[in-house]
Amino acid sequence: MSDIKIKITDREGVLHEVDAPTDMNMNLMEIVRSYELAPEGTIGICGGMAMCASCQCYVKSAHELPEKSDDEDAMLAEAFNVEDNSRLGCQLHITENMDGLEVELAPEEL
Amino acid sequence: MIKTDILIIGAGPTGLFAVFEAGLLKLKCHLIDALPQAGGQCSEIYPKKPIYDIPGFPEVLAGDLVDNLMEQIKPFQPGFTLGERAETIEKLEDDSFVVTTNKGTKHHAPIVAIAGGLGSFEPRRPLLENLSQFEDNGVAYIIKDPEVYRDKRVVIAGGGDSALDWSIFLSDVAAEVTLVHRRNEFRGALDSVEKVQHLKDAGKINLITPAEIISLEGKDRLEAVVVKKAGDTEEPVTLEVDNFIPLFGLSPKLGPIGDWGLEIEKNAIKVDNTLDYQTNISGIYAIGDVNTYPGKLKLILCGFHEATLMCQSAYQRIFPDKKYVMKYTTVGGVTGFDGSKKEAPKAVVKAID
Repeated sequence: MSDIKIKITDREGVLHEVDAPTDMNMNLMEIVRSYELAPEGTIGICGGMAMCASCQCYVKSAHELPEKSDDEDAMLAEAFNVEDNSRLGCQLHITENMDGLEVELAPEEL
Repeated sequence: MIKTDILIIGAGPTGLFAVFEAGLLKLKCHLIDALPQAGGQCSEIYPKKPIYDIPGFPEVLAGDLVDNLMEQIKPFQPGFTLGERAETIEKLEDDSFVVTTNKGTKHHAPIVAIAGGLGSFEPRRPLLENLSQFEDNGVAYIIKDPEVYRDKRVVIAGGGDSALDWSIFLSDVAAEVTLVHRRNEFRGALDSVEKVQHLKDAGKINLITPAEIISLEGKDRLEAVVVKKAGDTEEPVTLEVDNFIPLFGLSPKLGPIGDWGLEIEKNAIKVDNTLDYQTNISGIYAIGDVNTYPGKLKLILCGFHEATLMCQSAYQRIFPDKKYVMKYTTVGGVTGFDGSKKEAPKAVVKAID
C-alpha cells in the first residue's frame, strides 16, 4: 500500500488534501469521486473514456505529467473553460511521481 | 395516444433488455428516447469501444451489443418514439400514466419504467454571455432544415464530425460558410477532413483556426460574431453573419424527469433495491444507470438484472390476481408477438437394441 498526497480544490473553491493510492489502478477523476469532492453525476459522466470533459481540472503545481493522448487533446479542444494547464482527470493515472500534485476542478458545464 | 403495457423511457441497453423480459411475460413495451436511434450511450458515445464485462461475451463492441439486443427483442415488436424527450407525466384515476413528449406525442401505460441512463442527450452550449438571447434568432444547435440557411452567411464552431459534415453540406447552400475551431486539427472522418481542406482551397469554406468565438452581437437577431484567434497578438475580428451554429457534441442531462416528483439523490432516482426497483411513486420504476440505492453500480449487467426484476413486479401490478411462476427460456422457449417461436430442440429418444 503506497499512498501519495494530492491537493484538490473543488468547484466551490475549498481545498482538500487527500491520500491517493498508487496501487489501485486509479485515475484522478476516480480519486475525486471516491472522496465525493464533486456531486455524482457531475464528474466522470462518460466513465473515463475522455469523451465528456466533466473531469477537467487545472494543474497548479509544476509536476511533470504524461503527455496528452490524441483523445484527451481532441476532447479538450471541444470542452469549455479550457486553459493551458487543463487536463482530463480521467486520463491522469495516479503514480508515485504525482506526490504533492495540486489541481483545481474546472467549473461544471451547465 | 400510444397504448402499451410498460412504457420504457430510454432505449439504452437496459431499456432494450426490459422489452425481452417483459415479452416473456406477454407484456408489450414501447420506448421513448431523445436520441434519433436506439442504444443510448452505447450508440451515441462509444459504439466502437469494446466492453469486456457482459456475461458470456469475452469482448463485444458497444454498437454490436445494441444490434444484438435489437435482434433479441424483435419477436416482441416493441414500439419506438425516437428523437423525442419525455416531458411530462400524469397519473390517471385508475393509477395508469400518460407520458407526453416535447413534441406532444402521448403515451398511455399502467407501468412506467425509467431507463434513462445519465439523462437525455442535449447539445452542449458554449459559454457565451448573450447566447440564449439569440437562440432561434440566428443561433441553433441542431440543423433541422438546411434550407433555412440558403443564401445566408453562416458560422459553424466545433471540431468533430458534425461540424465538418455540416460545413461541407452548407457550403453548397449558404452564401458563406465559416468554420471556427480551437485547434488546427479536427477529430473527424479522414474523408470529411480532406473535403473541408479541398473546399477551403477552393474558397468555398472560410476556415479560422485555432480560434474561438468570444461574443455575439445583434439587436433582436444575431448580426455578428467576434472571433479571437489563439495567441494574444491578434485583435479579435468581428464577422457579420446571419447564423451561428455551435456544434460541440451532446451531453446528458436528467432533464424534465427531475421534476416528476421522484425522489432524487446524487442526480439519480432513488429506488427500492430490496424488491423491484420501484420509485417513491407506485407504478413508476427506475432501472439501470438512472437509479441509485446503497451499493449501486452503474454497469450494463446490473441494469439487465434490474430490468428483469422490474418486469416481474410490473406483471404482478397489472395482474394482481394471477399466479405466475418464472419459466426458463430453455424450458418454455420464446414465443414472439409476431407468431415466431424459438425453443430447444427435442431430444430424440431411441431404443438401444
